[in-house]
Amino acid sequence: MEYTPQFSVVWNNLGLFLQGVLLTLQIVVVAIAFGLLLGIAGAMGRTSNNRYFNWIATAYVEFFRNTPFLIQLFFFYFGLPSIGVRMTPWQAAVLALAINFGAYATEIIRAGIEGIDKGQIEAGMSLGFKKLQIFRHIVLLPALGNIYPALISQVVIAVLFSSVVSQISAEELTFVGNYLQSRTFRSFEIYLAISLFYVAVVWFIKGIAYLIQRKFFAFTQYIR
Amino acid sequence: MQDFTLAQIIANLLMATRWTIALSAIAFVGGGIFGFILMLLRISPNPILKTISLVYIEFFEATPLLMQLFLVFFGISVLFSLNLSTWAAASIALTTYTSAYLADIWRGSIEAIPLGQWEASRALGLNYFKQLRKVILPQAVRMSIPPTVGFAVQVIKGTSLASVIGFIELTRSAQSISNVTFQPFLVYSLAAIIYFCLCFPLSLWSKKLERTYTFSG
Repeated sequence: MEYTPQFSVVWNNLGLFLQGVLLTLQIVVVAIAFGLLLGIAGAMGRTSNNRYFNWIATAYVEFFRNTPFLIQLFFFYFGLPSIGVRMTPWQAAVLALAINFGAYATEIIRAGIEGIDKGQIEAGMSLGFKKLQIFRHIVLLPALGNIYPALISQVVIAVLFSSVVSQISAEELTFVGNYLQSRTFRSFEIYLAISLFYVAVVWFIKGIAYLIQRKFFAFTQYIR
Repeated sequence: MQDFTLAQIIANLLMATRWTIALSAIAFVGGGIFGFILMLLRISPNPILKTISLVYIEFFEATPLLMQLFLVFFGISVLFSLNLSTWAAASIALTTYTSAYLADIWRGSIEAIPLGQWEASRALGLNYFKQLRKVILPQAVRMSIPPTVGFAVQVIKGTSLASVIGFIELTRSAQSISNVTFQPFLVYSLAAIIYFCLCFPLSLWSKKLERTYTFSG
């Protein structure tokens, strides 16, 4: 029997899909905000001279980079309640995504900090820059410029990973797909449409990232 | 209810780990072969072949692996009236996913070879395939080994998503055991430790290769 795809299921539920996109963006934005804070703290630990901070940060990074996100998610949502930490699916999703993103961000930010040449700081001092000025103009801005592309790739990966949180029934784009699929059985049309929505979200993020890069980090092409 | 002893839980998880390893191996070998072909298309001078490969890579790098699994498992089954087994669906989805990323990694290594190498080998009278085989690939391979090993970690972690379509591997088996024993904290911790034991050595190896294969200065 020949199967004829019918995309009316997509057009008829366009509002639901768009709602899914917004929910996905919401989860990702909140998770990345927390994840960046974790990443900055982690990078400070990784570059600190204190042995214990260093060890804790390294353990955090290596553990979360070397286990699957799905297992981390299940651990937070199903595992933690048995020691008394209860979360809604949304909270567990954001927490898992933030901690996962933080581990990767730690390594990216650390590389940025270590990439600043000591001679640059010395040059700044000899030019009479104040400490805060050195940090802002010579350390922070060039470091951000250097790590910016890697950070954006990681944000894209976070968007793709966020589809996994549908497995603990957190509501987002993939959840919408599963919901519609179970009602209409139009699996091919729905999952293809969802995939294309993800492509659109990824391109949207990449587009904005490109504009920001051109406006704020255009100077990176003159370094090195 | 707790019929499982700790030893039994660990034994069951380790049994399931075999399928995680098997699926990772299939995806990596299949993805490697397919990815190599894609990479050749991607760097080919023919604009049509190049675009096909570009669209393929872009699609698989901009959609979640979970969606790709659903598209293969539910989508293809419906579209072609096939009854794909979870083995077949998981293998296909992970192979295509791996091939797109490996093709992109390897393209990067080839493009990092200075243009002078192409020009010099051209001047020596080598044709396109001889240039690739004798001059470009041997240099690019060295450069591509560390990120390739690093990506193997992503593939192993990616196989955990095959549990969602019912493929029984480490994550799926952890889910079942945790449902029976009511000890999700313990079971998911153990599963995480097993994954860590698979992935961490590869990560370390990749880092070590990076140090040996990059020349500072």
